[in-house]
Amino acid sequence: MYVKQISVFIENTKGRLADITSVLAKGSIDIRALSLADTTNFGILRLIVDRPFDAEKMLKESGFTVSVTSVIAIGIEDRPGALAEALKILEEGDISVEYLYAFISKTSGKASVILRVDDGDKAVEMLVNGGITFLSDKDIIEI
Amino acid sequence: MKYFDFNEVIPEKVLRNLQAERLIETVKRVYDRVAPYRKKMDEAGISPDDIKSLDDLKKLPFTEKQDLRDSYPYGYFACDMEDVVRIHASSGTTGKQTVVGYTERDLDVWATDTARALVAAGADNTDFVHVSYGYGLFTGGLGVNGGAEKIKAKTIPVSVGNTARQINIMKDFGSTVLCCTPSYALYMVEALKEAGISTDELSLKCGIFGAEPWSENMRAEIEKGFGIKAYDIYGLSEVMGPGVAYECCEQDGLHISDDHFIAEIIDPETGEVLEDGQEGELVFTCIDKEALPLIRYRTRDVSYLYKGECACGRSFKRMARPMGRTDDMLIIRGVNVFPSQIEQVLLETEHILAQYLITVDRVDNLDRMLIEIEMSPDAPFDAVRFVEEKERSIRAAIESTLGISAVVKLVSPKTLARGEGKAKRVIDNRNI
Repeated sequence: MYVKQISVFIENTKGRLADITSVLAKGSIDIRALSLADTTNFGILRLIVDRPFDAEKMLKESGFTVSVTSVIAIGIEDRPGALAEALKILEEGDISVEYLYAFISKTSGKASVILRVDDGDKAVEMLVNGGITFLSDKDIIEI
Repeated sequence: MKYFDFNEVIPEKVLRNLQAERLIETVKRVYDRVAPYRKKMDEAGISPDDIKSLDDLKKLPFTEKQDLRDSYPYGYFACDMEDVVRIHASSGTTGKQTVVGYTERDLDVWATDTARALVAAGADNTDFVHVSYGYGLFTGGLGVNGGAEKIKAKTIPVSVGNTARQINIMKDFGSTVLCCTPSYALYMVEALKEAGISTDELSLKCGIFGAEPWSENMRAEIEKGFGIKAYDIYGLSEVMGPGVAYECCEQDGLHISDDHFIAEIIDPETGEVLEDGQEGELVFTCIDKEALPLIRYRTRDVSYLYKGECACGRSFKRMARPMGRTDDMLIIRGVNVFPSQIEQVLLETEHILAQYLITVDRVDNLDRMLIEIEMSPDAPFDAVRFVEEKERSIRAAIESTLGISAVVKLVSPKTLARGEGKAKRVIDNRNI
């Protein structure tokens, strides 16, 4: 249902992304998915990792601005139209998506979608009723 | 050589006698009518009878901006409220404004001050005085307006903003005297160039500029850009408004309207009065004012008083254009800004730390203020919208508090430099 996502606030200075990923590499943190939101003034790097709390601690100790948020993770089939079906459910529930990113699992061959919406609990309820499968933190580690 | 009135050239000795007479009367009146002054003087063990000459002025306690705030809004008014006909206000160090008032007679005295400034710059009743200072609570617009009408010039109350319109009015109405902040004058010079309008199409002959720090370099640029003479004017609302001091054709120091105000220079640390020629903090005592006659008001402006007479023949003492502040006040686009006002806004905002850095730059002759603020470590910033909305709401709050806009940027916690002890809050990159 919900999984832990790490967000790192990045001022637009050179080399920051490399610094962040180096910290994670040193701590043997495995990045499962990531997305980068960029504006003219700053960026936000969002990460799904195997050990979110360790990652948070390491990044904070290295001086980064980190926040851990719960986001919805769903698994959908890797076929045309699958994402549209899931999103249609949210649209019908009048739920706005703040951001979304997706990746393909090597093992299951399914697509995983990470979602942040304005009303998480309502979204979960709608998705459950719509027959969508959710992923847990454990599923993420096993991806 | 032209003067507005006789007082400008009365013999020095007569002037000092007039000052003494008015000082003695003012001190008696504030002791009787202004509770905080009575309290201050009682505490200092001074009675109005101790003030017998100009030399006795230094015995009186100072008045500070904080005092006015403590008795907000009208605590220092010395006249009956029914005699007050005008209220102005300027920014206070925190949320509250500093409120000032004028009786009908005060407005007339004030108009005399700005009339003197206009006449000293060469204006008379044939002129078209284009006032691009803000009209409103700010004393700039209405202050100069009063003097322009008093000399029976054709007064054009354009107020601030809309530069294209300003230039059209200047051209079509035949403005001959421009009154605004020096940085806005330079901005207009640029706008003229961009619009492809030559100064030959204008009728300007001189300008009176003030309400913010400027320099001889800026003066040269304004004079060249408009093909005019540029004169300085000084004032502050607590004392009166623009016209407390003004430049004459010599462009060498500003003549203080000595018959209305007594100027002193003090050591800002010890409060000790300094000799003419020595640099220190400017202090004014209002000796011809009914509503708000402040005694030894500390301006926080750094200046010095000139020794000797001016070639123009005025007997009024001259002060140097203020060269800095003894506090952290910034003047941005003519508006007084205290970092503490910004801090106040930040303290009322969630998810940010009161760690901030103000950077002021002058871009294309306009001041630009950037405020960087540290986000709190627990801020839910994972969505771009959160950061952008936070920046927007802080920008709006600052604009409504200060009356001027700022660029607001959130940064990571602990990224702004923390000095040892008192943090560095302001970087002023303006090369004035």
